[in-house]
Amino acid sequence: MSSLLDKPAAAAALTLRNVTKRFDGASGRVTALADISLDVREGEFLAIVGPSGCGKSTLLSLLAGLEHTDEGEIKLGQDPVVSPGRDRLVMFQQDALFPWLDVLENVLFGLRLKPDLTEAERLESARYYLNLVGLGNKEKARPHELSGGMRQRVALARSLAPNPRVLLMDEPFSALDALTREQLYGDIQEIFTKRKKTIVLVTHNIREAVCLGDRVVLFSPNPGRVQQVFDVNLPRPRRMNDPALANLAAEVTAALSSHLTADQR
Amino acid sequence: MKLPRFVIPTFIAILLLGGWEWYVRSGRVSAVLVPAPTHVVEWFWDSLLSGELLAATWVTMRRLIIGFAIGAALGVPLGALCARVRWVRDTLGVLALGLQTLPSVCWVPLALLWFGIREEAVLFVVVMGTLWAVVLAVQESVLNVPPLYLRAAQTMGSNGWHLWSRVIFPAALPGVLSGMKQGWAFAWRSLMAAEIFVAIVTGFGLGSLLNAGRELHRMDQVMGVMAVVMLVGLLADLVFFSPIERWLRRSRGLER
Repeated sequence: MSSLLDKPAAAAALTLRNVTKRFDGASGRVTALADISLDVREGEFLAIVGPSGCGKSTLLSLLAGLEHTDEGEIKLGQDPVVSPGRDRLVMFQQDALFPWLDVLENVLFGLRLKPDLTEAERLESARYYLNLVGLGNKEKARPHELSGGMRQRVALARSLAPNPRVLLMDEPFSALDALTREQLYGDIQEIFTKRKKTIVLVTHNIREAVCLGDRVVLFSPNPGRVQQVFDVNLPRPRRMNDPALANLAAEVTAALSSHLTADQR
Repeated sequence: MKLPRFVIPTFIAILLLGGWEWYVRSGRVSAVLVPAPTHVVEWFWDSLLSGELLAATWVTMRRLIIGFAIGAALGVPLGALCARVRWVRDTLGVLALGLQTLPSVCWVPLALLWFGIREEAVLFVVVMGTLWAVVLAVQESVLNVPPLYLRAAQTMGSNGWHLWSRVIFPAALPGVLSGMKQGWAFAWRSLMAAEIFVAIVTGFGLGSLLNAGRELHRMDQVMGVMAVVMLVGLLADLVFFSPIERWLRRSRGLER
């Protein structure tokens, strides 16, 4: 019986158990994340939303293996996460494209680190994902010749091309203008539906979280913890100005502000 | 009507050179102390035809290129090591900072003692002139590589030598290049100083030619060599460093 209970109900891609992370700040130790337990299901789009300082970006760094937990455990499938790995690729707030490589070479960067592929397979895969993000004709361009939205698309292709088990997104849309952002929401949803990738998105934009996530996890700050989880049962592709989406976003916002005011009392 | 940009500078240059020529020829100043421009050009032409000038330039250039190459080849890995290892930075890095401020002609007495009045002594001085500037430039530019590049590369599975060769060095390249340019300038100055300071038996370079001019009281030769030294420095920048730098900056969108 107990062995059954130990196993997660649905297949979980990422498992977080009692994760705590502290930093040494100027005013002593700061607890960035306190006792986070969370499952990210295989093929799920999980959106983590919260005000700045709630530790959501720290959580993503932990999932990426770029930082280490002080307490608790993070597992990818059955294996504990201890270091960065190409099974968990990250899309950063800035595109992080390498300016000394052209677009195709940027996308090939992660693929070249997979020794089991032939060069022809790498090229095919890179071109497939560049086409998927609509930049098949920009192979030879340098990053600085592209607009911000195009650069984030290349970054998306670069993170998808090595076929990671989980895609981690660290506010990748926050530096873009509203129109470009809307367009990318559409692209991401299309790719997500087509490829059935497990995605964890971190954002401070509640609408964005509701628009993209299968579930929305609301974080509260000081210290960062899970406050509430919302299921988003809206059909895809979702549009930002859809009234049902707006209603749910309002609900999340209300939950957040009631917590914040309760905090001040 | 607008004059082309070169007209006024050319006019001023002709005026100045003409005035200088006239002043010397009018006998108001000894031509031994101040040679007229035509004297300098005359010397330049004669020594070019006799092969003396080209031979000296070749000797100097060879020393410079070999010394610079050694200095850069040592400086790049040492600079990288300084950036990578804290205690190396706190020891070698600090030493480099000190030695970079030391004009490398100060090494001449020791170099002569260690290597004799030979090629190795000059090379040593040139290497000392190049090395520390390169070490510091490499250290600084490696430390200034945006952490975001490293994080992105690491999540894609890059580490160790791959991370260094494919991410850190390409990202640091513009800084490394300007450090090399500075190293080249230091090497050039230290080489001139060394060649003027001691007559190296293994080769008669531009510095020796300048010093010979002093001993012969031939200020036309001294000024002529000065002009050649300037020219060589300008050429190195114009045909070597500047094009690389411009290409690097343009291909990364740092400059149109």
